[in-house]
Amino acid sequence: MNNIRIIPRLDIKGPNLVKGIQMEGLRLIGDPSFFANHYYENGADELIYVDVVASLYGRNSLTEVLKRTSNNIFIPITVGGGIRCLNDINELLLAGADRVLINTQAIKTPDFIYNAAKEFGSSTIVIGIETYKFFDKNYYALIDNGRQTTSVNIEEWINEVYNLGAGEISITSISNEGVGDGYDMELLNKINKFLPIPFIFHGGGGNKTHVEDVLTNSTVPNALAISSLFHYDTIKNNYNSEKMKMHSPKKIQPIGVNELKLFLHNKGVKVRI
Amino acid sequence: MSKKIVIIDYGMGNLRSIARACEKVKLDSKISSSIEDILEADALILPGVGSYATAMKNIKKLELDKAIRIAVEKGKHLLGICLGMQLLMDYSLEFGKCKGLGLISGYCEGFNKDKLKVPLVNWNQIQIKDSDKIKKGIFEGINNLTEMYFVHSFYVILKDSKFEISSTIYGDLKYSSALNKDNIYGVQFHPEKSSQGGIQLYKNFKKLIENGN
Repeated sequence: MNNIRIIPRLDIKGPNLVKGIQMEGLRLIGDPSFFANHYYENGADELIYVDVVASLYGRNSLTEVLKRTSNNIFIPITVGGGIRCLNDINELLLAGADRVLINTQAIKTPDFIYNAAKEFGSSTIVIGIETYKFFDKNYYALIDNGRQTTSVNIEEWINEVYNLGAGEISITSISNEGVGDGYDMELLNKINKFLPIPFIFHGGGGNKTHVEDVLTNSTVPNALAISSLFHYDTIKNNYNSEKMKMHSPKKIQPIGVNELKLFLHNKGVKVRI
Repeated sequence: MSKKIVIIDYGMGNLRSIARACEKVKLDSKISSSIEDILEADALILPGVGSYATAMKNIKKLELDKAIRIAVEKGKHLLGICLGMQLLMDYSLEFGKCKGLGLISGYCEGFNKDKLKVPLVNWNQIQIKDSDKIKKGIFEGINNLTEMYFVHSFYVILKDSKFEISSTIYGDLKYSSALNKDNIYGVQFHPEKSSQGGIQLYKNFKKLIENGN
């Protein structure tokens, strides 16, 4: 049995770490470098940084954050937001990213996946899929950080993405993201158990039991990306700023990375301790 | 005098991550694609992420294969990381058959895509060979079964298993995850991305260079 990777996800807007609910109503959380270092020291398996406005404004302010954090963080860092061309990927890799997360541009021009995998190796290319269940009960992909709908059915899209050479897929449930009601199990169960490449699941965990549920399901993701649980725990226990003494949304029961991994380990879920 | 190490730049790989890990353990490193730098260095790191064929094409175009061979024959330490370890082999079966540097006998084979998720992206345990030389060398202070960060689709099959210094299991396959022959070392995982255990490996490599053994 393989380890499930536990990945703190940091949504970044300008110089700040932010957190939204269903990708909207972004709330200022704090300094991304502090949180990234804290997660590294507390046993995170990887970090994901996403510039949540880059796609919309066509810019990428992540490079500075990356440069500041990658000197002291010796775990993989996956970076996304506003990646439109091979040169964008190259710049992020040079700034300290190990892998890149691409959503909008992959849907606009799917060949970009093939070209990026060929240039940088499949394992460097992670395709982000943000999705929502529509009235017809099908899941379709969204782009521009959840702001724009498309007619791309995600089950077909997943197949296309790995055929084009992506090394991993990261799937976000927009309706559940940041809410804390638990994961979208219907969505998870739509993903092929025998998907030939690994996938990351993201969006909805409000407490440690939700996390356990998703990792003991019949379709199990290879990794979980988690934001609210970890960010609000960091604020509560480690982030000493008066103006940051905010309360977590009421459905979120914060927990630290180490603490969550120990809990999972004791429940028989394989994680790196 | 502090030892100088060259991180070989042939246009592929996470060179800066490796440079940062060297900096962390106070190992004086330089990213370079110059033959002169390689010949003058006290030790070499051969990184690599991406395709075997492209890597070999770039290395040959820059004539780095000859420089690496000369440096190794002079007894300089060489550490191949990830694809860099696979390049030490005779050949890889990636896209047909592609010739490697041939510094250690063996070849590279792809994971079985019908049975396993490929690429492998995960923290997996390394089973360290039970030998005093290894435990005091590159793996000093690293516990057996420490988890390291792996990202790869191909793996190394050594002709002579005595050069294997650690193995790793993926599915029902057990393969060589680290190797050593004289002054040549290879690791399939990314020590610069493997947290404290990986940084310890850089410290050990530094010590090997300084002690000249």
